[in-house]
Amino acid sequence: MPRPEPEITFQDKVNREIRIEPKDWMPDQYRKTLIRQISQHAHSEIVGMLPEANWITRAPTLKRKATLIAKVQDEAGHGLYLYAAAETLGISRSEMIDQLLCGKAKYSSIFNYSTLSWADVGAIGWLVDGAAIMNQVPLCRASYGPYARAMIRICKEESFHQRQGFEILLTLSGGSNAQRAMCQDAINRWWWPSVMMFGPNDDASPHTAQSMKWKIKRFTNDELRQKFIDVCAEQVKILGMTLPDPHLVWNEQKKHYDFGQIDWAEFRLVLEGKGPCNRERLQARNKAHEEGAWVREAALAYAEKRRLADLQAAPLKV
Amino acid sequence: MSTDNEHTGQEKSPAPGAKPQGDWPLWEVFIRNKQGLDHKHAGSLHAADAQMAIENARDVYTRRMEGVSIWVVESRHIHASSAEESGSLFDPANDKVYRHPTFYELPEELKYM
Repeated sequence: MPRPEPEITFQDKVNREIRIEPKDWMPDQYRKTLIRQISQHAHSEIVGMLPEANWITRAPTLKRKATLIAKVQDEAGHGLYLYAAAETLGISRSEMIDQLLCGKAKYSSIFNYSTLSWADVGAIGWLVDGAAIMNQVPLCRASYGPYARAMIRICKEESFHQRQGFEILLTLSGGSNAQRAMCQDAINRWWWPSVMMFGPNDDASPHTAQSMKWKIKRFTNDELRQKFIDVCAEQVKILGMTLPDPHLVWNEQKKHYDFGQIDWAEFRLVLEGKGPCNRERLQARNKAHEEGAWVREAALAYAEKRRLADLQAAPLKV
Repeated sequence: MSTDNEHTGQEKSPAPGAKPQGDWPLWEVFIRNKQGLDHKHAGSLHAADAQMAIENARDVYTRRMEGVSIWVVESRHIHASSAEESGSLFDPANDKVYRHPTFYELPEELKYM
């Protein structure tokens, strides 16, 4: 009996919302797309720890310090969930880490901006994590099972990140003039990079159509960006602050906010590695990796030593 | 039956006595959320040995009191049915609808059954 083409069977499963699992047949390009997307996402979680970790020692209160440590620890966990999901597609952890450390792999360009003040930690939580959540919630229904499962876990943990960020800004917005200015300044600097986090416009995003057909993506970049802007334009009012966009205005016909031009030249510059902190971030990752090498070796040697000792203690046990 | 598991790209563990290199072995983590429930697959992680796997699992998968007990098993020890053969493997159950209570049409006045 002739069997249907595997691509047709595969697409049919995807169309019927049946999740694809690691051992199932999948098109090479589907596998490659997922490895690229999931590993980039994992790298972003790991590099994302750096700008915030800078503020752990300088957080203004013990409560803020404990919260920030918990958040940074969550990001490490999110990196791990995602690396593990990518590994089910046949790439090894060390291969992915090497790609990050040598600068070959990309990560979200948002983390190449500096965190200049304490208010930046609030702005990152509110805007950067807010944009990330907007992106990630639909990924909980991605067609690839391990990816979707990792995203569900991440989204559950991520909502505290956004709330703690907004609370930091809310506190500052009720503070002294200097604190209010610090709050507005952080929003001004983080707004546009956050808007760019959704990636290029749909007409400049060649992979979107295929990813939507494969149900890896559920919404286009521009759809998600609009949703994010609509939400933030309202939330900023609670802070008594403004978003740095003179063209931001409610459009009654579209039932959406109109907004100004995005500076894609800046986006591409940061993407190409010419952002404010690209070098610094990769240097920090490389340093941590090199300085941890002896720990990884020692742990393996110790495990091996104990295994041999167990063998000698019970030589006849099979 | 094939002997590989969800993780397809893993190297097999090194021969005994070989110099350790590369990634730490991969472990699958199972968590019991609370007493009375099954251990359920939570995810996977790399660790040098079982003790480290349990400690890492605690740090990664139970930070919000999601667990009262952890199992870890090295991924290479998991045997899985193969996706290609799942059709024939599960076929015998396919035509036995009489195993379900809804197969039996009974009068509506019959209660508690």
